[in-house]
Amino acid sequence: MTQVTPAQRARFDNVDTYRVRSCDHSVTLCSNAALPAVFRRFSRSRGVESCSTLPTRVVSITFAAVPGPIQSIERAAAVLRLLARGSGHHGLTEIADSLGLARGTAHGILRTLQRVEFVEQDPSTGRYRLGAALLHLGTSYLDANELRSRSINWADTLAARSGQEVRIGMHHDGAVLVVHHVFRPDDSVQTLGIGAMLPLHATALGKVLLAYDPDLSAAARRRELTSLTRRTITRTQALERVLTEVRAQGWAGEAEEYMPGEASIAAPIRIPGGLVVGAIGISGPVDRLCDTAGRPRATLVRQVSQAAEAVTTSLVDEN
Amino acid sequence: MAIDQGTTSTRCIVFDQNARLVAVAQREHRQYHPRPGWVEQDAVEIWRNVDRIMPQALRQAGITADQVVALGITNQRETFVLWDRHTGVPVGRAIVWEDIRTEELVATLEKQPGIEEVRERCGLPLATYFSAPSLRWMLDNVAGLRSKAERGDVLFGTMDTWLIWNLTGGVNGGLHVTDVTNASRTMLMNLSTRQWDPMLLDFFGVPSAILPEIRPSTEISGKTTRVVPGISITAALGDQHAALFGQTCFEKGSIKGTYGTGGFLLMNTGTELVRSKHGLLTTIGYQIGGEPAYALEGSIAVAGSLVQWFRDNLGLIHSAPEIETLARTVKDNGGCYIVPAFSGLFAPHWLAQARGLVVGLTSYINKGHLARAVLEATGWQTREVVDAMNADLGAPTPVLKVDGGMTADHLLMQFIADVLDIPVMRPLVAETVSLGAAYAAGLAAGYWPDLEGLRRNWHLAARWNPVMDARHREDEYANWKRAVELTFAWARSSPST
Repeated sequence: MTQVTPAQRARFDNVDTYRVRSCDHSVTLCSNAALPAVFRRFSRSRGVESCSTLPTRVVSITFAAVPGPIQSIERAAAVLRLLARGSGHHGLTEIADSLGLARGTAHGILRTLQRVEFVEQDPSTGRYRLGAALLHLGTSYLDANELRSRSINWADTLAARSGQEVRIGMHHDGAVLVVHHVFRPDDSVQTLGIGAMLPLHATALGKVLLAYDPDLSAAARRRELTSLTRRTITRTQALERVLTEVRAQGWAGEAEEYMPGEASIAAPIRIPGGLVVGAIGISGPVDRLCDTAGRPRATLVRQVSQAAEAVTTSLVDEN
Repeated sequence: MAIDQGTTSTRCIVFDQNARLVAVAQREHRQYHPRPGWVEQDAVEIWRNVDRIMPQALRQAGITADQVVALGITNQRETFVLWDRHTGVPVGRAIVWEDIRTEELVATLEKQPGIEEVRERCGLPLATYFSAPSLRWMLDNVAGLRSKAERGDVLFGTMDTWLIWNLTGGVNGGLHVTDVTNASRTMLMNLSTRQWDPMLLDFFGVPSAILPEIRPSTEISGKTTRVVPGISITAALGDQHAALFGQTCFEKGSIKGTYGTGGFLLMNTGTELVRSKHGLLTTIGYQIGGEPAYALEGSIAVAGSLVQWFRDNLGLIHSAPEIETLARTVKDNGGCYIVPAFSGLFAPHWLAQARGLVVGLTSYINKGHLARAVLEATGWQTREVVDAMNADLGAPTPVLKVDGGMTADHLLMQFIADVLDIPVMRPLVAETVSLGAAYAAGLAAGYWPDLEGLRRNWHLAARWNPVMDARHREDEYANWKRAVELTFAWARSSPST
């Protein structure tokens, strides 16, 4: 059973429920008759910025349209608050009745919360309680060994298809921690690299991790980028540009930036909701991975992206 | 194409010529537990699953039946079903290898004259695990069954036989055959002649009329007339034997270890029938053509299931792979050992009364040490089996080829390499059971030229080299052995024995 400390509960209760972003809209109305009702409606909404009525029949109201609060998120928050209170154990009916929700709606919300591990269901009683993941928000999203276990078949498939060695990396302590490694399937002598640390800025795996983690890329900007080969990116602006590109194309590549003669390609592994938890990629001789112009080969990029998507799907399915 | 009829699910997998996986379709089937210790499955449900997954796999691969070179069948071993020859309707459910309803019967049979001879002929110790005792139980307990069986109105089959009979026409001329590896797990086959043995049939009271014809693994020679007609069924192998074949353990002395819920180690002993003096089972590895490859088998009853127990019964981890994370929070076992003799000890001890224990507890021990002890238990049990295999064969094996879900546990694989003091190697295709069946089928159909051609398809995905200091290894092994001895002592002192 999960114990929730008073401090954690306080943190939980203080969550600011809605902070929706605003965007500008301008609306033009052509009927004087409709004005009073329309005006009342808009002025009630918090986002009215300006309203001008002309002597003619045209009225223009400019307002920062705040998208309305998302009901299901409000309801999910209510479910969590309810579970954080009192006994902390409630059945589906109790939860639905307490919040005035239809049984089906409450069930859908609970199943979704269960999927993201914010809620757990007691297997013997069927009752719900707060999930352990809530207490570790911000520490770790996915166990490294769990990721290896879930991705092992897809990593094998990628190695078989691409003919290159495969690595799966997660961020650890300012570097890429290799959590899984599959040999290049050519029966040459190779050394298992699980547990090795690779530089973030000079490998495809690392660039993926940097591209999708604002804190990590900010930290990288503050640090000096070590030059490993004559092609290593050492200027922060150049790295920033590359990371923008990575986000736009959904994968990262690198040629001779880590080791002369070697290249790598990687793509992000995500958990439900889109959070990037790791990267999967291949590495090998630059002439095998890149075309004559030095760009990663499209076929290999596709294979890496497909493997990343397959691992992502397996994380969704089994959660 | 391979059909892998496993204990919990049935899968249909399509491979290409480079042994790369092209399509997978899978369906689980129900487990029935009508009484404590009884485990049954519905053979009709399994057959229906095959009916669904074969077309599904073809669709997924984007191919038609005529593009399937051959079909190989591999299956959970020892599980069998009896059915009416004229209607195809099963007599009750299939009795699964895990079923222990014959505990008493086995104890009675154990005292009968000729028991030594039984072991000599079939290579197996008398246990609830194998088909013959359960078959005898059915003949004794289902009204009217024995006379029907004697008249030949009822057919017996392990799951390979059941599926082949149905696929090749069922009541309309279905082939009633099995392969040597499956037959070698019934306790009814003579290992030397590789035919049903009259003495064994007599000992278990099994009428020969119900038994299928025993064929070499690659001489099944059937053609499907149902589900997807026109596919040649050319091979059948028990699942662990298929894994041995899929791992291309073709040389004498090569060993494969499959790590799932339990651990299954098989060593190819070549054309020599080795009778174990160290508590292993003698079985047939596979038979390609005239000459069989014999094998020694050592099973670890509790491997991955110990991790599941740690997760579900102790609740110290959320998912099985997290055991490695927890184990890595400490640098060693802190002097703690776990012997998971949950339902006795299997190979090489064979002590049904032994019960598990945790030893070496001090106030220093935390859950990290326990997690290490859990993983190490699988390592040491592997060492015991491999030691027994080496002793029986008289030569040390150079490497261990591994497969199964637990090969994702990096710490465990390194530990196995360390305690065996030989490299542990994982192949690129994790589906070695299905691959083995597909290999045997493709070999029979001429899709692959020879064993050498298959060996070229085997690619190394990972290799763990031993790094443990020899002195430390032997000290730890001595501690493990002392812990195992304590389980014997516990069994002896139990008031019920």
